[in-house]
Amino acid sequence: MIVQALKDQGVDTVFGYPGGAVLPIYDEIFLQNDIRHYLVRHEQGAVHAAEGYARSTGKPGVVLVTSGPGATNAVTGLTDALMDSIPIVVLTGQVPTFMIGNDAFQEADTVGITRPCTKHNWLVRDTADLSNVIHQAFHVATHGRPGPVLVDIPKDVQFASAAYTAPENARTSHYAPKTRGDADRIEELVALIESAERPIIYSGGGVINSGVAASQKLRELVDGTNFPITSTLMGLGAYPANGRNWVGMLGMHGLYEANLAMHDCDLMINIGARFDDRITGRLDAFSPGSRKVHIDIDPSSVNKVIHVDVPIIGDVDSVLGDALALWKSRGSKTRKDAVEVWWAKIREWRSINCLAFTQATKTIKPQHALTRLEALTKDHDRYICTEVGQHQMWAAQYLGFNEPHRWMTSGGLGTMGYGFPASIGVQVAHPGALVINVAGEASWLMNMQEMGTAVQYNLPVKQFILNNERLGMVRQWQELLHGERYSQSWSEALPDFVKLAEAFGAKGILCSDPDDLDDAIMEMLAYDGPVIFDCVVEKHENCFPMIPSGEPHNKMLLGEASTKGAIGTKGAVMV
Amino acid sequence: MAPLKIKKGTSKHSAYDLRDPHSEGLERHTLAVVVANEAGVLARVIGLFSGRGYNIESLTVAETDHRGHLSRITVVTIGTPSVIEQIKAQLGRIVPVHEVHDLTVEGPSVERELALFKVAGEGNDRIEALRLAEIFRANVVDSTLSSFVFEMTGTSEKIDAFAELMRPLGLQEVARTGVAALSRGTA
Repeated sequence: MIVQALKDQGVDTVFGYPGGAVLPIYDEIFLQNDIRHYLVRHEQGAVHAAEGYARSTGKPGVVLVTSGPGATNAVTGLTDALMDSIPIVVLTGQVPTFMIGNDAFQEADTVGITRPCTKHNWLVRDTADLSNVIHQAFHVATHGRPGPVLVDIPKDVQFASAAYTAPENARTSHYAPKTRGDADRIEELVALIESAERPIIYSGGGVINSGVAASQKLRELVDGTNFPITSTLMGLGAYPANGRNWVGMLGMHGLYEANLAMHDCDLMINIGARFDDRITGRLDAFSPGSRKVHIDIDPSSVNKVIHVDVPIIGDVDSVLGDALALWKSRGSKTRKDAVEVWWAKIREWRSINCLAFTQATKTIKPQHALTRLEALTKDHDRYICTEVGQHQMWAAQYLGFNEPHRWMTSGGLGTMGYGFPASIGVQVAHPGALVINVAGEASWLMNMQEMGTAVQYNLPVKQFILNNERLGMVRQWQELLHGERYSQSWSEALPDFVKLAEAFGAKGILCSDPDDLDDAIMEMLAYDGPVIFDCVVEKHENCFPMIPSGEPHNKMLLGEASTKGAIGTKGAVMV
Repeated sequence: MAPLKIKKGTSKHSAYDLRDPHSEGLERHTLAVVVANEAGVLARVIGLFSGRGYNIESLTVAETDHRGHLSRITVVTIGTPSVIEQIKAQLGRIVPVHEVHDLTVEGPSVERELALFKVAGEGNDRIEALRLAEIFRANVVDSTLSSFVFEMTGTSEKIDAFAELMRPLGLQEVARTGVAALSRGTA
């Protein structure tokens, strides 16, 4: 019945790990060929793989794990998906209903543990409800603001039989978030577009979640108005990085021109972003002179952090469609001259070239490694995942994303160990594509067991590890904030990554000389199978530009010279 | 760089919250939350308050529509206007939550609480307790030669006032239901 429900929901791929409490479901999987099951090496990997699958396709990712430790190992992935609004359906086995509460073997209060880290969860006590609940789970995961859901299924409920409820007969009507934006508010937005002198569009992951059509409408809006556009980490690719109006990512490690434009604008149009603390910096000095519009499907995102003048609750695709139609019907007006003056200002900020770096002769600078990776892969059908830390910010800065669903990173939760399993999920969804996980050596080790998965299914994922033998971002903060006392932030006893790859039956490449870099990257690309690329880089490179925590957008640090005393005591408390 | 100096007590709730909680005035709001009567729904509501650091002054819950499978949770909470707005929006996100009403802003409403008071004493204290109970229209629902249990319905303020008066007269225990509230007139 469970497999039937998954099939009827259009599922063809499941990531999972068997155990005692899910054996009946695994038996059902054994007896059919429509759903392909990918065996991971750790349940956390299953959830991140499903996230990669979901984020790169727009379809929900599905996970099947056992009770107790299977469920608790999934918690990090669930929290990650909740923070980044990724639709995931996790099915967990549970001890039989008559043993619940008795501290049975591999029993855990799964719905209790996962209540705060799922959008919703269910414990199914009666087989008669099972198919209905699974259909509800898919409905909740994918409607409104997407998110992870979990269905906990006791073993006796799996064994029993009952009548099947088809998806069209499932009770889903009570959960119907509003998708259509309020017409009066949309008219206010259009009036602001017509009168703004220093506008900026600030887009986020909500545009990606709203679907490819939403990205198209965003491009139409940007190109039609000639407004500059910046994006959060999660929103990269909704507007192309090679587009005329792109001013780069904003935020703590965003581009100078993007952050200054946010600070000095007179109209900010937030489309599917949530004023995260990595974006806003100091709240009382955040974009002081602007009128703010916020388009979001989740009412709780509006006015949570920043008070906005025009809140529009609705789906990005629908709201942008209505706004574009209205704007065009009123003559497609903007303050062209003023916007041109504004662009001149932005070009002036851009001219300081905040991403400039000097490549050394002996060692590879991480920025250089990514610049070369970008040059050698940008014409491929390419998907990029990352782990978390300096390499993640550098990847966001130096790689260009021209399409949505091509960039998978852990934004809200900042989960080290996300990228490798995510890259496996992406490769499963796009077998012919080039999938690269830009990693740091410390993050990568957190889920390195998934090499077994990559090799078993011959998934040719490229693990591009910027190895500085440091927890680079931690080290950077200790330098700026803790008097260069590098407490526990170096990677001791690292494995030989080439031998590690070979031990798993994959290919390993070591590169430490800048002269060899291009050839080594080409070798990685040419190999048909999983590759661990150990790129030994400069050890003490810091990630700039940077807004020190507790400071506003116009107080960016551009390089080493400006870091002394940059973070005050108030900022130091923040992460 | 100067060492970190963080004054003790600067952030009341967590190290991550640097907002001044008194930047706007605190307000007391009564929220009526209509929820699907399913397992764990109360835990979801309470978990939201504790997880996000909101206050619960009082909370009552019971099934109110058996056929419709609906329960009504009445929460009294205290926060700045923006926090109250957040609480309502966050409650609205919970999947089994059907409706959220802020009775404090949606027009006049009636609020009542039921309380039981056990008062032990002899002589004049006992007579005085009984006299005050009459004034407050409290009923005696249990009596021994040395104690009374009074039952009273009223606003939270009235119950507070009665408890204060009973304290020197031998108040042993108080049990309160928390606030139940409805809007006045036809909804």
